[in-house]
Amino acid sequence: MRRGRPSTPAGWSAWVLWGLRRLAGGIGVLWAVATIVFVAIRLIPGDPALAILGGPGSQASAEAVAQVRQEYGLDRPVLVQYLVFLGRLATGHLGDSYAFRTPVATLLGQQLPVTLTLAVLGLVGAWVLAIAAAWWSTQRGRIAAALTSGLSVTASVTPHFWLGSVLIVVFASSLGWVPAVSDGTPAGWVLPVVTVAVPVAGYLAETIRDGVVDAQRSAFALAARSRGETRAGLFGRHLLRHAALPGIALSAWAFGSLVSGAVVVESVFALPGIGRALVTAVTQRDMPLVAGIALVSAAAYVVVLAVADLVERLVDPRAVATRPGVRTRRGAPRVTRPETGAR
Amino acid sequence: MSGIAEPSLQAGAQRDPAAGRSGRFRGGTLGPAGTVAAAVVALAVVAAAWPALLGGGDPLAVHPSDALLAPSTAHLFGTDESGRDVLARVVAGTRASLVVGVVATLVGGGIGTVLGVVAGLGGRVVDAVVGRVTEVAFALPLLLVALVVIAVTGPGPVPATLAVGFATAPGYARIVRGLVVRARSSQIVETAVVMGRSPARIVVRHVLPAALWPVVAVGTLGVGQAIVWASALSYLGVGTPPPAPEWGAMLADGRTYLQTAPWMSTFPGLAIVVLATAVTVLGRAIRRTGAHR
Repeated sequence: MRRGRPSTPAGWSAWVLWGLRRLAGGIGVLWAVATIVFVAIRLIPGDPALAILGGPGSQASAEAVAQVRQEYGLDRPVLVQYLVFLGRLATGHLGDSYAFRTPVATLLGQQLPVTLTLAVLGLVGAWVLAIAAAWWSTQRGRIAAALTSGLSVTASVTPHFWLGSVLIVVFASSLGWVPAVSDGTPAGWVLPVVTVAVPVAGYLAETIRDGVVDAQRSAFALAARSRGETRAGLFGRHLLRHAALPGIALSAWAFGSLVSGAVVVESVFALPGIGRALVTAVTQRDMPLVAGIALVSAAAYVVVLAVADLVERLVDPRAVATRPGVRTRRGAPRVTRPETGAR
Repeated sequence: MSGIAEPSLQAGAQRDPAAGRSGRFRGGTLGPAGTVAAAVVALAVVAAAWPALLGGGDPLAVHPSDALLAPSTAHLFGTDESGRDVLARVVAGTRASLVVGVVATLVGGGIGTVLGVVAGLGGRVVDAVVGRVTEVAFALPLLLVALVVIAVTGPGPVPATLAVGFATAPGYARIVRGLVVRARSSQIVETAVVMGRSPARIVVRHVLPAALWPVVAVGTLGVGQAIVWASALSYLGVGTPPPAPEWGAMLADGRTYLQTAPWMSTFPGLAIVVLATAVTVLGRAIRRTGAHR
């Protein structure tokens, strides 16, 4: 079953190629994102120099505005500004935030861990909930199936901001089990993580359930059952493995959605993450900060997509074998289906 | 052994209750859940078209003496901080949410479909370009796109609708492209090519119908999402401005009174969840009946 793993020299070169392609694609995406942010911020009405001086209400003198304009290079042609901006980004300089007057890198260093923790724990929580839901909806009879399916649809469209408020009222205010506003303790993370996890779990549960049902009809499930595999063993070792693939692909998408969700959840729970910073940064025309946040979340998306692809290849050798151009030692594409592999 | 085999077979059989039914009835029905969902959506349409039929009362009428009343027979959903009837506001808010959900989906689905069809039918270069564009769009968080659109145009219900539409377009583009590519390589199209039909005719008669029907179902699912995102924008204070009854804005309002007047947040929140769930379930039912065509 493990033969499909790329352990041969030919396999390694395929992996190196894969990595290089991913890297080039990722850099391309980041460049495009930087360009979009540069253009988009210029489309927002208002004078950027005034934004730097503290917004339209700052009543800055004409001299001060002129000085800022020169200092930040805003008096130069747009193309020059764009190239300078790209050049700085390429050398790792995100610049200073207009509003906070601190390097964007420092701000991101403070905020990113919060959002990443929220997103990663949220994704883990979503998987746990989704696998439990898949178990309930496929192994526990009709009523459980109907209930779980209804719940997962509802979960997938539950707005974060409402769920967060309800959880605060029930578990923080009434029951007092956990703090309402995040205080950095593990207990303070429970509600925000559950809030971001539930909608994603709804989608994930549907996908995994469909995969499990699909796998139940397959020959390898029948083979495993005839070998005397227990129900839990069949579910965990065979059905789930098959069903996890679309779930993994969905997780990459879900991660992006988690970042968007974080914007809302962070403002509900007063978490100091990049999501909350993004709202103020966009409204204040804080271009360096918007660019920093956009690039970081785009980079996270690129990385997560690559990881998802990697995990997919590790879980399912078919993903490698059926891709054109990837050949085994003998030069023929090998199709190792789990049914035959589990022989 | 049989103890294991039996429930799984049962699980396999129970999975497609609607499939069996529609097979028997030939036409394909919505199923019990789909019917309930259709009823809820119909109710929402009524509430949007004639709010007076359901909730009565003026959603904007301020009665300071009745502020923050708990739900009672006079005010089924209670009142808010200005003494406005929450039921009347929830009912009145249906229109905003439905319109935003449908229009945003039409905008997103429309842009996405055009991009997807162009990518699926155009040559390799076009396909690659559209592929890159959607990839970049996916890398940007949906809310960032929406916030920037609103920052450019200023807050309001129209920009919020457009923002959600633009932000969801790449998803549709990807789906439509996949469908077009699949339809292109289908036997029907191959046969038509062999028969010497003109490319334009093949596209209009065979490729587009095969690709567009699933989009209608996906779009129905998308309406639920669009409703949720639009209300999120209002909640963040960049969507529909405050005095107007909008569910997301009402939730933002209720935040301050979470402890003292939880009904202010409970009912608009439930309204979003119920409507979005109903639309989604309906979308699924439509997709399922479509799959048996």
